[in-house]
Amino acid sequence: MTEFTPWASLAGGILIGTAAVLLMGLFGRIMGATGVLAGFVWPSGRDDWAWRASVLAGMVTAPALYFLISGRAVEVEVPVSTLAMIVSGLIVGMGVTFGGGCTSGHGVCGMARVSPRSMVATCVFMIAAFVTVYVTRHVIGGAV
Amino acid sequence: MRYVLSYLIGLIFGLGIILGGMANPAKVLNFFDIAGTWDPSLAFVMGGALGVTALGYRFVLKRPAPVLAEIFHVPTVRQIDGRLIGGSVAFGVGWGLAGFCPGGALPAVGTLDPAVLTFTIAMIVGILAAKAVQRG
Repeated sequence: MTEFTPWASLAGGILIGTAAVLLMGLFGRIMGATGVLAGFVWPSGRDDWAWRASVLAGMVTAPALYFLISGRAVEVEVPVSTLAMIVSGLIVGMGVTFGGGCTSGHGVCGMARVSPRSMVATCVFMIAAFVTVYVTRHVIGGAV
Repeated sequence: MRYVLSYLIGLIFGLGIILGGMANPAKVLNFFDIAGTWDPSLAFVMGGALGVTALGYRFVLKRPAPVLAEIFHVPTVRQIDGRLIGGSVAFGVGWGLAGFCPGGALPAVGTLDPAVLTFTIAMIVGILAAKAVQRG
């Protein structure tokens, strides 16, 4: 069980949206974790690499700031095996690259632009995730 | 100065992910587990993020150019093809398997949790492999 946190989650969503609007307004870029990371690990130029590196640095230092503000460590509870983490990481990495985006890129920024591609991608990956969790938890029964 | 700003944007995004609960795989998996220990919190993350972005983009994209760049880099591809669908299915399966999407995992990297680092390295390998295939 995890606690239902509508207000904290809504506030988190508002911050994510704020970051997306600022990145577009200032730098003209889509705030998609996939796109930012892919251009960082597969660079296409020095200037292009630098803004991605600094956005990623901001993301990675967020847990420290969260701890300074709230006095609480970030809760990361991983209910699956190491093998599942590796397999999942590989599939996610390949999937978001071929699919051209993830929850932030398609699900937030693309949907906000009413992009048909992003709407299709978001529906597809949400349904795939619901089905996967149903199968692993209720059909196979928590075997992963 | 511009890199300070882009750093701050990453920081705001990361705080949003953490506050929203998306850096916690247990919470994400419970969102997808309607038939079991359902936690609808993530709908509020998505709703809040989408609402603010949709509203903000309306103003921002009306301007001739971004404040610190020459053009808006908005995707121009319109095609809905097998690559988009197949990639998205794979992403959804992987997300449902471990509870991490890229935006959830990256801020969590800062916790130095071994499971997060394992996932992130595997994800980067996956991205590079797919890029190599796409380059042909």
